[in-house]
Amino acid sequence: MGMLAASGPCTRPVLKERGQREVFCGLTGIVWLHRKLQDAFFLVVGSRTCAHLLQSAAGVMIFAEPRFATAVLEEKDLAGLADAHDELDGVVARLIERRPDVRLLFLVGSCPSEVIKLDLDKAAKRLDARWAPRGTRVLSWSGSGIETTFTQGEDNCLASLVPECPAAQGPGLLVAGALPDVVEDRLRDLLARLGIPPAFLPPRRSGDLPPIGPGTRVLLAQPFLSETAAALERRGARVLEAPFPFGAEGTTAWLHAAARAFGVEEMHFRAVVAPGRERAKRAIARHRPLLEGRRVFFLPDSQLEIPLARFLWEECGMVPVEVGTPWLHQRFHGPDLERLPPSARIAEGQDVDRQLDRLRADRPDLTVCGLGLANPLEAQGFTTKWSIELVFSPIHGFDQAGDLAELFARPLRRRALLASLAPGEPAACS
Amino acid sequence: MQLTAWTYEGPPHVGAMRVATAMAGVHLVLHAPQGDTYADLLFTMIERRDHRPPVTFTTFQARDLGADTAELFRGAVREAAARFRPEALLVGASCTAELLQDDPGGLASTLGLSMPVVPLELPSYSRKENWGAAETFYQVVRHLVDRSRRAPPRDGRRPRANLLGPAALGFRHRDDVAEVRGLLDELGVEVHVVAPLGARAADIARLGEADLNILLYPEIGDAAARFLERTFRQPTVRTVPIGHGATIAFMREVAGHLGLDPEPALERAARRARLPWWSRSVDSTYLTGKRVFVFGDATHAVAIARVARDEIGFEVVGLGCYNREFAREVRAAAAEFGIEPTITDDWLEVEARIAELQPELVLGTQMERMIAKRLRIPCTVISAPVHVQDFPARYSPVMGFEGANVLFDTIVHPLVMGLEEHLLMMFREDFEFRDEAGPSHLATAVAPSSEPSRPAVVAAARAPVWTAEAEAELKKIPFFVRGKARRNTEAFATERGLDCITVETLYDAKSHFAR
Repeated sequence: MGMLAASGPCTRPVLKERGQREVFCGLTGIVWLHRKLQDAFFLVVGSRTCAHLLQSAAGVMIFAEPRFATAVLEEKDLAGLADAHDELDGVVARLIERRPDVRLLFLVGSCPSEVIKLDLDKAAKRLDARWAPRGTRVLSWSGSGIETTFTQGEDNCLASLVPECPAAQGPGLLVAGALPDVVEDRLRDLLARLGIPPAFLPPRRSGDLPPIGPGTRVLLAQPFLSETAAALERRGARVLEAPFPFGAEGTTAWLHAAARAFGVEEMHFRAVVAPGRERAKRAIARHRPLLEGRRVFFLPDSQLEIPLARFLWEECGMVPVEVGTPWLHQRFHGPDLERLPPSARIAEGQDVDRQLDRLRADRPDLTVCGLGLANPLEAQGFTTKWSIELVFSPIHGFDQAGDLAELFARPLRRRALLASLAPGEPAACS
Repeated sequence: MQLTAWTYEGPPHVGAMRVATAMAGVHLVLHAPQGDTYADLLFTMIERRDHRPPVTFTTFQARDLGADTAELFRGAVREAAARFRPEALLVGASCTAELLQDDPGGLASTLGLSMPVVPLELPSYSRKENWGAAETFYQVVRHLVDRSRRAPPRDGRRPRANLLGPAALGFRHRDDVAEVRGLLDELGVEVHVVAPLGARAADIARLGEADLNILLYPEIGDAAARFLERTFRQPTVRTVPIGHGATIAFMREVAGHLGLDPEPALERAARRARLPWWSRSVDSTYLTGKRVFVFGDATHAVAIARVARDEIGFEVVGLGCYNREFAREVRAAAAEFGIEPTITDDWLEVEARIAELQPELVLGTQMERMIAKRLRIPCTVISAPVHVQDFPARYSPVMGFEGANVLFDTIVHPLVMGLEEHLLMMFREDFEFRDEAGPSHLATAVAPSSEPSRPAVVAAARAPVWTAEAEAELKKIPFFVRGKARRNTEAFATERGLDCITVETLYDAKSHFAR
């Protein structure tokens, strides 16, 4: 049922929907988290569905024994929880024996493990006591669909790492959110030149957890980290609020928040940022003619929707028609949200059939949606952009700004190129 | 608890989705948590379907668990019935909803819906995808078939057959159905209903009017075929027409049931059959006795193993399937081949078996393709689980005479051609032919500096050391068999407790492994 309600300090109306949600669960994050944390193993305690999801979300299978697996619950595990814990201990022992290189093992909760109330926090503590002395830490987090939507799995994973981080002695900057290494390196370099060398969460190796303390200031690199932010603040850190680092303007504003917090001279800030900012603007400008004035519709997926809509509106001239997000966090999404035009319909949650009705009425030029909907919408004449690519691709910072604009321009270009194959359909661009 | 890295089959509700998506005019409501909608993308991306699967998910979340999930389900059913107005409504639960015990079938039956409701029991913690598809298809048939509609007397009309089993996300089902239609047309047999692929509720209702059922995919259609056999006394054709010989046997079996003479049709149809001559022609001599490992669903694995041995001349050294429900068929075939069957859904076990047997070719699923790539063995995919590559744009059945032609090509193509093999042997000493030299027509091409690293699974605990002379001799062996020669020699040396491999050891091993 949809309703318009005022929500939080920002008083623009938000359409709140509850119905079928066409989204991934948090387990999906394992697909990119296991690439980032190179000595970690992710053991989902769940069902065949969980294993099948991971395999399907990984898309192309990886030609190796992956650093993730599922302990598939069977009928006898449902009968007695005590036995399920014994079984789990056995599975973990076999796993560590097979993969002695693993330094950090995550037990990942799923829908069935949570419904049967299999306490994985407790199991992780027990297994950690057993295996940590032999070199493998054991932690747990939930990626279940009943608790998490898609990117919230990463949020829970990072939040589980926060209590394990060492104490920081003095002030320091922490960038939170898994980023491709190429992006991380560029941001590290920029921030170091501003005089604020950052630490990153997650680190590439589990032994390099960043120090955290009351002097820690946090820049969130991803908009879906509310649990991680809360965990960091419980350790005394302070999260800096800023637009997310997409495009020339987003990245400048994001860096600026850190510069202000650490008292960087304004002139120095501008001097350091200017070359990258100009490069980003030039790179975006190449795609602007194709994007300008085109109407874009976001279906809810990763919580990246509001920051990306801000980028497309402010920096590419696209017009957001509807911006759907699975969850709206006023505190973290606010800085991007307040820069969107009043005409943009903001929707939180989903009732997919109603949303598709609105989409068909709005007839946007570009629809950002999940893989389950993309081909059916293309077949109806809509031009689509797979939202999952925005999660997997390097899109943050000045040097990815052009690539980010290109991700939205490519479907429009492609539809124009192939116009002869779909006679009778209006071309997406002229 | 079973530790699973990759899985051959999804959960049973994905099987139910494969049946619902294959059909027209039906809708499935699944009681399932948020996230289970991932399964939609299997159909829209892997199979490139241009419609959403006709499936509504309740997508409950933690906050709903404290409230009334049963009411959530009733609401979803009411809305789906009103929005999609299906001719029949299927209801079931995924693994998590099964634990809630909300009884989707019972709930839906109390809503007074205008269309028939088919309740599905899909036990997720003991069954898998193929079982779920078979059970769903069986329940659809059982609930929707009209028991009063039976085959009228023949009286000069054309005999009719139902094709049972093709579904969404099947391995080449689209083209197999077209090919089998052609075979039946040659025999003068009319296709009455194809189900579940493309069938509407009204088509299921008239299944009993056919003279016989053809069970193309036992994994999906067997339970329904048995039900129809019991209910309508329709005979079932169980020969699966994969391969040249099997296709001939299939046509004879169909004709036998219907009192037709198959020979004129076979003669016409066999003109399109190229496999027999392609296989007998002398350039194919090099295929003789190549050692192959065959793995897939039981039906495809057994049929392809026969093609490999009887129609291509390979030696089948391994045969297995991942679906235990049909293990008996695979065991029987393995006994006929005189080998140990590999019945497992554990991908690591299949990998270990392939590494141990060291076949020259793997005929398997996408998962074996992954294993074979790692072990540097050529591979052709012959069975589900499917991948986007298994939905080619061109016509490529595996059933019927054209299917046998397709099989010949796809099975043989990953191998180095016979003549090429001879030429490589002949010119192996040639200075510009050694692989270190790089391609001679690309002057600037960088030569590969060393052999790619060997896969970890075959690394021995204490590998014997190669002398410089033996290593140099090994380099004279063409690159595409060098890895195998190295492995064989090392296995030979290890078995005999040799610490050091000399040129003599290399040739001793060669004669030991020679057939």
